[in-house]
Order: sequence, then structure tokens, then C-alpha cells
Amino acid sequence: MAVCIAVIAKENYPLYIRSIPAEQELKFHYTVHTSLDVVDEKVSAMGKALVDQRELYLGLLYPTEDYKVYGYVTNSKVKFVMVVDSSNTALRDNEIRSMFRKLHNSYTDVMCNPFYNPGDRIHSRAFDNMVTSMMVQVC
Amino acid sequence: MEPPEEPLRPVIYTMENKPIVTCAGDQNLFASVYPTLSQQLPREPMEWRRSYGRAPKMIHLESNFVQFKEELLPKEGNKALLTFPFLHIYWTECCDTEVYKATLKDDITKWQNVLKAHSSVDWLIVVVESDAKKKNKTNILPRTSIVDKIRNDFCNKQSDRCVVLCDPLKDSSRTQESWNAFLTKLRTLLLMSFTKNLGKFEDDMRTLREKRTEPGWSFCEYFMVQEELAFVFEMLQQFEDALVQYDELDALFSQYVVNFGAGDGANWLTFFCQSVKSWNGLILRKPIDMEKRELIQSQEATLLDLRSYLFSRQCTLLIFLQRPWEVSQRALELLHNCVQELKLLEVSVPPGALDCWVFLSCLEVLQRIEGCCDRAQIDSNISHTVGLWSYATEKLKSLGYLCGLVSENGPNSEDLNRTVDLLAGLGAERPETAKTAQSPYKKLKEALSSVEAFEKHYLDLSHATIEMYTSIGRIRSAKLVGKDLAEFYMRKKSPQKAEVYLQNALKNYVAEGWALPITHTRKQLAECQKHLGQIENYLQTSSLLASDTHLTEDERKHFCQEILNFANEQKESPGLKVVLSMHSFAQLKHLHFDPSNALVHVGGTLSIEITLLSQMPISVQVEQIAVSVHFSIEKNSYRKTAEWLTKHKTSNGIISFPNENSSVPFSRSSSPALELYEMYERSPSDNSLNTTGIICKNVHMLLRRQESSSSLEIPSGVTLEDGAHILKCSNVTLDPGVNKIIFRTQAKEPGTYTLRQMCTSVGQVQFVLPHIYPIVQYDVYSQDPQLKVEPLTDSLLAGIPQKVKFTVTTGYYTIKNGDSLQLSNADAMLILFHAENRAIIYSNTREKSSEASLMIQSSEKVTSVSLPMAPAYHMIEFELEVLSLPSTPTSGESDKLVNKEPQRKNKEKQKAGNCMVTLDQKVSIDCPWSIYSTIIALTFNIPFKATHSLLSAGKRKYIQVCVQNLSELGFQLSDSNLIDTGNSPDLQLVPLNTKCQKFVQYSAGEQSQAGGSKGIGG
Repeated sequence: MAVCIAVIAKENYPLYIRSIPAEQELKFHYTVHTSLDVVDEKVSAMGKALVDQRELYLGLLYPTEDYKVYGYVTNSKVKFVMVVDSSNTALRDNEIRSMFRKLHNSYTDVMCNPFYNPGDRIHSRAFDNMVTSMMVQVC
Repeated sequence: MEPPEEPLRPVIYTMENKPIVTCAGDQNLFASVYPTLSQQLPREPMEWRRSYGRAPKMIHLESNFVQFKEELLPKEGNKALLTFPFLHIYWTECCDTEVYKATLKDDITKWQNVLKAHSSVDWLIVVVESDAKKKNKTNILPRTSIVDKIRNDFCNKQSDRCVVLCDPLKDSSRTQESWNAFLTKLRTLLLMSFTKNLGKFEDDMRTLREKRTEPGWSFCEYFMVQEELAFVFEMLQQFEDALVQYDELDALFSQYVVNFGAGDGANWLTFFCQSVKSWNGLILRKPIDMEKRELIQSQEATLLDLRSYLFSRQCTLLIFLQRPWEVSQRALELLHNCVQELKLLEVSVPPGALDCWVFLSCLEVLQRIEGCCDRAQIDSNISHTVGLWSYATEKLKSLGYLCGLVSENGPNSEDLNRTVDLLAGLGAERPETAKTAQSPYKKLKEALSSVEAFEKHYLDLSHATIEMYTSIGRIRSAKLVGKDLAEFYMRKKSPQKAEVYLQNALKNYVAEGWALPITHTRKQLAECQKHLGQIENYLQTSSLLASDTHLTEDERKHFCQEILNFANEQKESPGLKVVLSMHSFAQLKHLHFDPSNALVHVGGTLSIEITLLSQMPISVQVEQIAVSVHFSIEKNSYRKTAEWLTKHKTSNGIISFPNENSSVPFSRSSSPALELYEMYERSPSDNSLNTTGIICKNVHMLLRRQESSSSLEIPSGVTLEDGAHILKCSNVTLDPGVNKIIFRTQAKEPGTYTLRQMCTSVGQVQFVLPHIYPIVQYDVYSQDPQLKVEPLTDSLLAGIPQKVKFTVTTGYYTIKNGDSLQLSNADAMLILFHAENRAIIYSNTREKSSEASLMIQSSEKVTSVSLPMAPAYHMIEFELEVLSLPSTPTSGESDKLVNKEPQRKNKEKQKAGNCMVTLDQKVSIDCPWSIYSTIIALTFNIPFKATHSLLSAGKRKYIQVCVQNLSELGFQLSDSNLIDTGNSPDLQLVPLNTKCQKFVQYSAGEQSQAGGSKGIGG
């Protein structure tokens, strides 16, 4: 399904990033990092829109020849970025949205863990499993 | 709209097309009316109500009036809409019944029959009347009769199909009225015809589309049909509707491709799978690319042809709709999509062909947009176009690499062959752009022609892209393009140009903590710095890479070896020292002082154990590890005293250093935690609480500038301090992981020593930790030798032997053999000693170290106590017995002296109830460490208080002597008697107490000893 899923802190450093296949890891890191440009742009374009009315899903950040990069930003400005293979035409906007929602829920669980220090890298098996499930589903 | 290049080829110019209206009947009449008609018709809009719930539209109608010919009428099955006559008008100005009967009626009938034969029902008969004609022929019937006749003959039940136009060429209100009525009728009929004919067309089209699962169905055929509809909408200036037609075609085709990918192939699609032989990019300069359209019509189009044509039409319409930014956005999607579709359909594409196609297309789109927008508009919409710029740059780059244009030696023959093949696929430049100097075609051809030209074009594009990204704040994207550029420069062997791009990108990644990009960029930077001969920077980068866990073990070893090689090479030619930051080489983890209070006396040894975590992948032989120490003489001498030791520094002597960088190279969480303290401020007068608050004690750590942490990349920030005091440890092997290194130092000057820097030397390479934080200090103190004499009990009592403790604190003085204390004997105090006196020697920390016997010699004047040998900063303790002799009551004066004088003298020492008299005994002691004598004063309390009183009874006198014990000790009084010292013969003292009387007296009691005496007779 997704080939790369990343959680990025408010300050733009990665809290979690995983991709398949592993050989492309570096490329995905670059891709995700660059996509933050568009995230910033979209977030600032939203500006001071009413917080409760704001759409967390940012939609397609930018397409590349081989991948589509989607974004999502939580109210605390933590970003989720998902890279999907362009050839995977079965994935529509709605599926992406629901994947982000799942990711957000799982992330919230991680944050609720009293042993987790906000701002640290995420090392959670539950989160890992959830990400894995989103990555292999269709592939 | 450009003139047709080849007049023979049918060219569709939809914009110049207008719905066709045929004119039959009196051509001259029509010709006279035409100017007014064509001018007036579009003047007022008409509401067009649509079928299928589509929103009604206001539409300005125009028409192309042509002479009626039977050939114009579409034959059965002809789907052409553009050439479809929407309305047929018959013009006549006949007002003569005879003429009507003779010719006109037949003519109209014939016309009507032709229309009926083609089942065309959209017609109108116009009867033009003019007063002039009427006047000429006065014998005619009333004018209405002709119209009535026509209506009667032809318009059965449709009387509105015949209209009258009165004096069309006159300028009168009647004429105007008549025109208006006519035009309204005309417009209404035209729209009715549109609705009916387009509706029918759409229905047919839908039917055709529903047949798409049937075997013989052809997408190309269907394409032509739906495009016809698009043309008509475009003709009617309904660009939105026209665009919808193309978008539907687009979606339909896309769906087929997707289905094909899923294994559900349509036969017709296989044709699009033919290998790509031409990649000449999009053509957007003509509204309709007839060449491609014909290919589609003849079912010869490739996938790229179809996509190109479709997009060029969408582009044209979007530009009509003034949505150029949508063009750029759609273009990017299209290009990506085409690449994907070709992959999905497994179409064979020569290497580089798609790159050419994409490159040309990107530039074509950009030029098309530039052609229809002004500069300001373009500048404010960079975010829409920059994607295309970036894509073009990327494609040109990969073409350059493919064709061997990005190498030192230039392309080889294989590369050249490939280039020739690629250029062949471009074909000849199209005539539309032939005159444009900067056409995409020319650019590509030029770029591929030579190494230099490629460089020029590639740099132009890259710089433009970077600039655009930067201007809209997409810094990360700009850096990524910059990195590509750096790669290019590295390939071109000009590392000096590459460096700045790599540094900038690296700075960005480091600042945001992206580990993998950091590692990758750093590796590139290392190579660049190596080429540039920036030894110091290269080594610094190498050390960072050697400690980078994201690299493989081998890579790390390689970089570590690079440092070691350099270090060893330079050994022979000393002089060049390279100073690097230590944080990548090794991390200071802990520091352990022994003694743990980090306090040492002068001459003492201090050992410091340092735990270093070596981050190198292999063991490194280090020649020396040095810690430079800053020495300061503490102003506050208190710090140096031994007491300080116990009160402060209660830690176990271990200082831990925070992790500089854990697995996350730069996470904000590594900044120190808030150190908050409660704060109370009380009023000085009544101690009530004035204010409370919370104080952050490490504000300076938290609020410092962020950049300082990233400046570590620039090793020039590391400076080696010259310190006079340096702790050294030589020839150490640092294994990967934890190493413990012990420094020993002999304390010399008293003061505070602060550990400032740590420097590890490997050959000529020095790794320096510029600051040791938290602050690590140790103190050296010096102490003067001291003698302390104090009683063992609370107070000394005169008259009885008592123990006094002598404590010699040696301080810096070492007691040698033969050193002794010389006590000058005081008359009133005796020093008693036994043969066996022992002294105990304690170390500085109150640990017993040894015991020795004490030699005491006494002469008349001096008692000499020879001290046992003891090192500096030790203590010797021993006890001596002293006896203060109470002054012998030899004289009355001395009595006074004992009784009164000291009483007065020591008034202040007397406590309210108990009035013990004290006696100070001063002993002068000569100490071996000083030329001055130490005067020790020992205070002795006189335990007794004696009072006497003379009592009389008659002639007898009684003397009562009362002795009071004030001390805590019990005394036994014996043999008390009263002696007359005057030796007067008349006086006889008769003791009243029995001789053997013994009284034990207690301090608190006031038992009196009465002594009776016979008074002086007389």
C-alpha cells in the first residue's frame, strides 16, 4: 500500500520513518524531507483558520514520476507523510484519508503512553505493527 | 489563429466556426439584410436551457450564413456536427399573389421537400416587406395575404415558422420593432435546434459509449465523436462544456489503461502499446494539432500521440478559460501519468526517449504559459510552475548522464550513438517553433550537442529552479536541486563549486535532524573536500563519518583509516597539526575523582579517571590524551580549608556528562531540562513571607542561540588553549566503546583547578573537546602546621593531675626525626609524665595511620616532647598529665591573691550561682616549624572556696572556717587544723572538730566545717 510512512515532529525532525524496500530508504528520506516544503506551504496557507474546522488532511503534497506523497498535520503540528507508489491506482483519496486517521489514532496511543517522552523517536511495537499493516496490505 | 500551412489539408478552426444557417430563396434580398443581421444577432444574450439537469446558460449567438445547397444537409450516419446546418431560412420579399402562385410556392415546396428528405425540421420562412415596393404595385392584395398564404401552405400548426420583417433597411421604430421580433425568433429557433440536435447527438454518443465492451469498439472512433461535441461547445464559446468532453475522454482512456494493467485488456488498446518511435513533446501553440488528430482518426496514434493531442486541446480550452495555472498543474500530472502508463502497458521505449519527451513537454508548457501571462502574473505563481522547471531539470540531468555529457572525458562512441538515436526520435522541428530562438526543441538539440552546451543549459535550468524554489520558500526542495548540481560538479571535477551546495544542504539536514540524508550528504562532502585538499575539513568530516552508525562497518573503517593514515603520514614531517573537534571521535561520559571530594592538599596526589566512549570502529592508538587545566587562586580562602571538604562536595566524586548526540543526531530534546527552584523572600523584620517564586537556574543553557550547536560542522571553531597546567596520559589504545583513562597529578600550588579542554593526539591529528561541561574542578589546599592543646574534661581543676590532649596538625610540615615540642615549665604547673606515653598519628581524613611511643625529657626549665615522625597533612595526638599547683598559702597576701584578686579578675567567668575561681596557666611551647613560641593558656578552676568568720560568745571567740567545693568532683578533707602563724603565746587555738573527722563534700552542698578556737583572752 504505502511504501513509506513518516511521522515528523513540529520542529521537522523525524520521529518515525519507515519504508519498503529498504534499499530505497535514503531516497524516501529525501522525498519526505522535501515534501515538508509543501506541508509548510499548505499549513501557512491555511493560516489562522478556525482550529476546529481545520482539515488535518493536506491531500496530495506533490506527485513525482514514481510516487505520490500525501500529507496530514495534527493540531500540535506533528506531520504525517505517506508515500504511495504511483502505479497503485487503487488507492483513492478516501483510502488515504482513512489511513491517515488510523495513523493518527495510533500516534495518539503512543503519546498516551506515560513512558514515552514527547519529542523522542517512536519505538512502539503497536505503532510499528500498525504501520506494517498499512504498508503490506496490498503490495 | 495561424494561417493554414497546407491549404489542402482540412483544418478545423473552431474559433472561427459559427453554427451554420443556410439561406434559400432570394439571395439578393438576404445579401442586403446580412450586414444588419450578422451584427445584431450576437448583440443580446439568450438563455439556453439544457437537458439532463444542466444549468441554463446565457449565450451570445452568432451564425455563419451560407447559401442553401442540398449537399450541406448531413447524410444518414454522418456524425459531423461542425458542418451541421442548424437552421434553414427561406428569404422572400414577394408581395404579389401571382408571383407567389407562379414561382414562389413551388420553390418553397421544393426547398421543404429537400429538408423533409433529410428529416430536418429546423426551418424558417422570412417575408420581407417594404413600403417602397408596396407603393410601386398598388394593385396588390393586402400584404398579409402572402404571409397568410405561406403560413397556410407550409406552416401547418407552426405559424411561428413564418415571420415578417418590415422595412429592414429603414431607420424607424417600426423597423426596429420588427427586427427585434425577428431576431428573438431567430435566436429561439437556433437554440431549439441546438438543444434538439445536440441532445440527439449526445444520445447517440452515449449509445456508442455503452457499446465499449463490444469487440469491435474503437476508442479512436468514439474519440472523434465526442470531440465533435467538444468542437461545437467550443464553437458556441462554451469552453467549460468543451473541456468536460475532453476530460471525459481522458478519464475513459485512463480507466482502460488501469484495467489493462489489471489484466482486463481491450483489443483496441494493444495498438497504443506499440513501441515509442517519436518523442517530440507536446505541441501547444496551435489550437488543434491536426497532424496528431489525423493519427487518431486513422487509428495510428501511439499513446504519447493521443495523450499529447488530448492535453493540447485541454490546454487550449484552459487558456481560453484563463486558467493557465491549471495547465501547469495538469501538465505535471500528465507527464507523470504518461511515464506510468507506458510502464504499465509495458511499451518499449528507448532509453532517454521519455526524458526527451518530458523535457520538451515541460518547456513547451512553460513557454505556452509565459506566452499568455505577463511577468508579474508569472512571478506570483511560481509555485504552480516550479514543479515543471524542476522536472525539466531532472530530465535534462538524466539525459546528460545517459549521453556521457557529464564526465571529464566527454561522450564515448556509444554515448554518441545513443545521442544520435535520441535526436532522430525528435524528428524535424515543427514549423510553429522554427522561428522561435529558444524553442524547447532547439534547446534540447543544443544541450545534447556538446558537453559545454549541456553544461550551460543544465546550469541555467538548475539555477533558475533553485532561485524559484528559494523565492517561494521551498528551501528543502532548493537544497535538493542544489545537491544534484553538486553531484554534477563533482562529476565535472570541479569540487570547489560543489562544496557550497553540499554544505548548505548538509546544514539544513543537520538542523532538522535527518540522519540518513546527513550521512549521505556528508559522504559526498568528504569526497569533495578530499578533492579540494581541505585536509582539516576532510578529516573532520571523516571522523564524523567514521562514527556514523548509519554507514556500514567497512565504510566507517575506511574513514577511520583515512584519519589514521594522515596522522601517520605526517609523523615524519611535523609542523602541520590538524585540530579537529572531538565529539565525533569520542565522547566524554564520566569523570571520577579520587579522592572523591576532589580536594587535595599540596603535595598530595589526585587521580582522575575518565570514561571515554570511543566512536571509532577500530582501535586507535593514541599518543597522548591531555586535559588542560585552568588554575586560579581562589579568593575565598574558605574553599581551601579542610572544613569545606565535609560540608560540600558530598558526591561520590563521579561527574557524568550529558550525551552530546545520541542516535538522533540533533533532537531538540537533548537540550538540558529546566532546572527549577523554589524561591522564598521573607521580610527581614518579622520573617513573614514577602514573595515566592520559581527560578530557572539554567536559563543561559536554554536560551542560547541555536546556531551554536550546528557550527560544529566548521571545525575552525575548535581552538587549542595553551594551559600551563596539563594532565597527560600517554600511549593509550582507545578501543571502540568504553575506555577508562586514569590521570594522576601531584598537587602543587593551592588553588582551584578547572578542567577546560581535552585533547587527544593521534600523530599530527588532535581531537579537541573545546569545553568540558558541566564544570569540573578540583581544589588544592595548603595548611599551616598547628598545635592545639585542650583538656579532656570540660574544665581543668587546679591542684590535681589531669590529662590534656595535644594535637599537632602537621599541615605542610613534615615532622622529622628529632623534632620536638619544647614546653617551658611554668612554676605553678607541673607536667607529669610516665615512662610509657603513646602518640597516635592520623591521616588527613581522620584515619588512624600509626602509633608511636613518645619520648619526654624534662629539665629544670624545659620539658621536651620529641614527636614521632609524621608526613605532611597528618595529625599527631597524645596526652600529657598536668598539675596546676594551687598557690601555697604561705602568706596572707597570697591568700588574698587567691581569694580576692582572681575573683575580681575573672569576674566575668563566674557563673551566677557557682563562683569558681579560675587560674590561667600559660605555657610557652616552641614548635619545630616555627621560630616563634606558641603560648598556650590553660585555665584551671580552683575547686574550693574558703570563708572564715570570727564569732564571739562572751569572752570566747570562735573562728569558723568554711570550705566549699565548687567542682563536680568529690574531695575528702582530712587533718584540718588552724595554725597561728603569728606564734603569739597568748593565743591558743582549740579545735572543736574531732581529729579524725572526715567529711566528704559535694559540690552542691554547703556543708560547713566549723573550727572552734579559743579566743584571745582578755
